[in-house]
Amino acid sequence: LFFSYFKDLVGREVTVELKNDLAIRGTLHSVDQYLNIKLENTRVVDQDKYPHMLSVRNCFIRGSVVRYVQLPPEEVDIELLHDATRREAR
Amino acid sequence: MSRIGHDDSFLYTSLATYLGKKLVVLLGDGRHRLGLLRSFDQFASIVLEGACERVIVGDLYCDIPLGLNIIRRENVVLLGEMDMEKEELPSHMTAVSTVEIKRAQKAERDATYLKGSMKNIMEFLGID
Repeated sequence: LFFSYFKDLVGREVTVELKNDLAIRGTLHSVDQYLNIKLENTRVVDQDKYPHMLSVRNCFIRGSVVRYVQLPPEEVDIELLHDATRREAR
Repeated sequence: MSRIGHDDSFLYTSLATYLGKKLVVLLGDGRHRLGLLRSFDQFASIVLEGACERVIVGDLYCDIPLGLNIIRRENVVLLGEMDMEKEELPSHMTAVSTVEIKRAQKAERDATYLKGSMKNIMEFLGID
């Protein structure tokens, strides 16, 4: 379910927070069945705390290290999501 | 791979676009490696050439553990493609030797430990 959900979000700007507290903002480029995420136009939210990523513009994030993905609320169609979840649950 | 359907092929997150590029690899224990991506597998284990570990404690330090590294998939947190035109590090950082950076790391660790233990003592005594 979430794979297809993320597929619909490709091209949107999201913020991914990882389990090590690193928060990264970028445009969702692609996603796969493991929910690995590829982001473009990457920038770290709190730049000064994490200087290592200054020159990184595209990145690949392993699905297992994502704590959460922050989405713009206007992208979320609640009814559609509810229906899809009910369908999945059956 | 056979589980991926035909219409998923555009969205398959392939690391092939990163082959031969310089990458920053973030490891599970918080360490950073830089190197060229030579190979990968479907679970994102990678082969990194010219690997160097960058430790940052306010200063820069670049070590070269091994020319060729194989990093097991469970340790890979993030792969970042380094843009060669952009600044790699903020300009105020300087390179120091191995010994000095280890000393700085230890000092930082001790300071955090001390802060933590002081906090525990204060909490125990009920001091605000």
